[in-house]
Amino acid sequence: MSNFIAYILLGLPFGCVFALIAIGLVLTYKTSGVFNLAFGAQAFAAAAVYYVLHVRHGWPTVPAAVLAIVVFSPLIGLILELAIFRHMRTASPLAKMVASLGLLVAVPQMVVLWLIGVGKPTFGVRGIWWDDTAVYHFFFDTTLSGKDMAVIVSTVLAVLVLGALFKWAPIGLRMRAVVESPRMTELSGINADRVSAFSWMLSSLFAGLAGVLIAPYFASLGTGQDFITLLVAAIAVAAFARLRSIPMALLGGILLGVIQGLLQGYLPPGSLLAQYLKPALPFAALFLLLLFWPGLRTALQSKDPLAGVDPPVLPPAAADRGRGMTIATRTFGIGVGIVMFVLAFTVMNDHWIGVFTQGVIFSVIFLSITVITGMGGQISLAQAAFAGIGGYGTAQLVQVFNLPVLPTMLLAALLAGVVGALLAIPTLRLGGIFLSLGTLAFALVFSTVFVQLGWVAGGAHALNVPRPGGLANDKPFLVYCVVVLIIVSFLVILVRKGTTGRYLDALSGSETAAQSIGIDPRRSKIVAFALSAAIAGLGGSLLAQFYTTVSAATVEYTYVYGLFFVVIVVTLSARTVEGAINAGLSLVIIPEILNFFGLPYGLTFILFGLGAITYARHPEGILESQKRRSMEFLEKHVFRTKKATADDGSGPPSTNGADRVPVATTGAAD
Amino acid sequence: MALLEARGITKRFAGITALDDVSIDVDAGEAVGLIGPNGAGKTTFFNCLLGILRPEAGSVVFDGRDITRARIYKRARLGFGRTFQRMELFAGMTVREHLLVAERVRLGTGRLWKDVLNLSAPTAPERERSDHTLALLGLEDVADKPVEALSLGRGRLVEVGRALMTEPKLLLLDEPSSGLDSQETEALAGTLREVQRARGTAVLLVEHDVEFVRSYASRLYVLDFGTLIASGNTQAVFQDEAVRRAYLGEMVV
Repeated sequence: MSNFIAYILLGLPFGCVFALIAIGLVLTYKTSGVFNLAFGAQAFAAAAVYYVLHVRHGWPTVPAAVLAIVVFSPLIGLILELAIFRHMRTASPLAKMVASLGLLVAVPQMVVLWLIGVGKPTFGVRGIWWDDTAVYHFFFDTTLSGKDMAVIVSTVLAVLVLGALFKWAPIGLRMRAVVESPRMTELSGINADRVSAFSWMLSSLFAGLAGVLIAPYFASLGTGQDFITLLVAAIAVAAFARLRSIPMALLGGILLGVIQGLLQGYLPPGSLLAQYLKPALPFAALFLLLLFWPGLRTALQSKDPLAGVDPPVLPPAAADRGRGMTIATRTFGIGVGIVMFVLAFTVMNDHWIGVFTQGVIFSVIFLSITVITGMGGQISLAQAAFAGIGGYGTAQLVQVFNLPVLPTMLLAALLAGVVGALLAIPTLRLGGIFLSLGTLAFALVFSTVFVQLGWVAGGAHALNVPRPGGLANDKPFLVYCVVVLIIVSFLVILVRKGTTGRYLDALSGSETAAQSIGIDPRRSKIVAFALSAAIAGLGGSLLAQFYTTVSAATVEYTYVYGLFFVVIVVTLSARTVEGAINAGLSLVIIPEILNFFGLPYGLTFILFGLGAITYARHPEGILESQKRRSMEFLEKHVFRTKKATADDGSGPPSTNGADRVPVATTGAAD
Repeated sequence: MALLEARGITKRFAGITALDDVSIDVDAGEAVGLIGPNGAGKTTFFNCLLGILRPEAGSVVFDGRDITRARIYKRARLGFGRTFQRMELFAGMTVREHLLVAERVRLGTGRLWKDVLNLSAPTAPERERSDHTLALLGLEDVADKPVEALSLGRGRLVEVGRALMTEPKLLLLDEPSSGLDSQETEALAGTLREVQRARGTAVLLVEHDVEFVRSYASRLYVLDFGTLIASGNTQAVFQDEAVRRAYLGEMVV
């Protein structure tokens, strides 16, 4: 019995932290419709502020914690709301999620660069309890340490304050009203903006509290990875609460922590199960909850009675680019490609050839995002995992079956495609942000569990991957990669032009209308998923051949890169093949440029992370919209073509959508 | 045996009975109207027929097959065509592309490997059929324009055309006149009549516009508070006292 209680207590502090972040997730989702993936990063930022103040500047714990939790964290929340999310009210939930994804990628790097300092130690932060190591005895001979007490007591206090706020304070009542319907609330004279700002501050405070409380449990703050992983556990809890109920979020968090504690206690230490089940539990829980928890799907649908008054969310600009623009971008793209190619064989040294090759390989991987996001309209966060399946698959098939590498690459891509289809079948039921979260859960299980297994990534030893015969040197290998990129590019263009692409276009134009003519949405999207996963697998295999070894430590296959891949492609342009190639080359060239100017590598993540925030405004990508703008400028001022009227349809496509037929319906009815 | 037989459709929302035991028939080639005041349950009934909502009780039999539980796209393949009250077109596609996509779905010849081998371009018979529908609806002049450039009235014709390409046995029109002015409405009614004559498609029409229904439908069902209060020949229904009270009365004021 005493063991049982002890194990429960072991998991309780973590459960409290899960609950705090989950409450923040539910709160912001309910009041502003944003599923804020950046809370993990915010928790990390608060922990870093606390650390810097306490350890480096010698502040006592309490003022340092108060500043980090009560001043810094709400301020960050307020800034995010004012600068970003307030302007995204009418954006799709997916666009909001992409913005928070960008923050998740950018914020930890900002913290490391500008707060902690690259490579500086972050060891040994202590908790806010007056005596961290104090041991408190309870019934059944169980004990809690000072830092455990800090977590539990703070969580209880925070939840009590929140409950009182909802029950008695006017702002609490308003928050509850905004949850029901922001517009209705505004009609009755309440400033929904102010309420939303307040709830962002409040939920960010909870994230900051979680960060400061959990920091002492980590040996070092590091780069924030541990905090992001905590966040994922909190996502599972938020799903358990159906994104609605704060008490359920509290309960779910504690439950998850306690189950983890029990697993850790009862599973024989060192056994396979203990090694893999415990770390995988939150992700597995997330995955299972997403698939089987009833009521989650209905929670997604907007219940706002006035939701219909908003203009419908614009679909990403599909085929509406002018002929001139297509020709101009193609000519420019091919020109740049040829110049690069010639340079590669004349003046470039080995280093630059390597950079260029990597850029080409990333372009191949990014074309998978062109398929799933640009054509399929889904945000998959598992593309790096599919690349990993391609890479590890190639390595293992070559080793186990002694096959030559070229057919192996295709087999590995096929394997990734099959896994993609299998992942798509259950997650497509969810749709929207939950589909993305499902893919994230898969990517996490892949990075934290599968990659650790010997038969996947070789365990302690790196796996050797041969290059195809005659391509051992870097120059011919570059040619080979370019050839693969060209083939895959044409493949993507053909599929987009073909029936599959048309069906997907129809589905993203209007899913109900597409179904009304007999298009099976699930089938089309499963095809898109499988194709996309196969392309990612192909790119991952190329990457493995480029490195000639892969191991569990290959970063490009980790879920963090999966997030980053989506962010970078979506920022530039997920709609076009050039977008993917631009993204691939940017990913390798921007760090070189930064390096040239003596700037740190992490800035790449920050640039693209913050860039992703623009996704809501330019769903077609920054590059695409800038190109369009400069094309319009050229037409207007240089060629002086007459601006065509909207009626004959040859005019430049408007980006505000006011004259689109589907939108005009409401206008004309008024 | 009627083409469409909906029997005893009952739908409740959180205790409120939106539809109570509603049954209708539509025969092949016939134009039937479904009318009723606001909130009578017309759209709910429509959505139950189309599979967007699942009724608590009742059955829908179409062309001799029970489709009560069939998915939306399956119903489309069995011969349901529809238009939307709030226009639902595919952004970024031209008028012709709308029709060609629907034609490809009907034929079911789209394959990923054909895309990859560049064999997915519209075939000559596909083009011919889409040209035929364009001519029927008078959309030839805008065939290669993106749908964003169209007026609302012609946008609705594109919806009709897209539905016709699937060779529906029954066309379900959800308030086709909504958002159109009287001239456009008249033109639409004329075109629909022509379509019905040329293709022999049955039509079930949910409509607010009394004039439009009176001139177009040969038979009517009247819904009020979720129950059928009258049905029959259009002229007879408009004479019906209960209908006048429930529905027309408020229009005459």
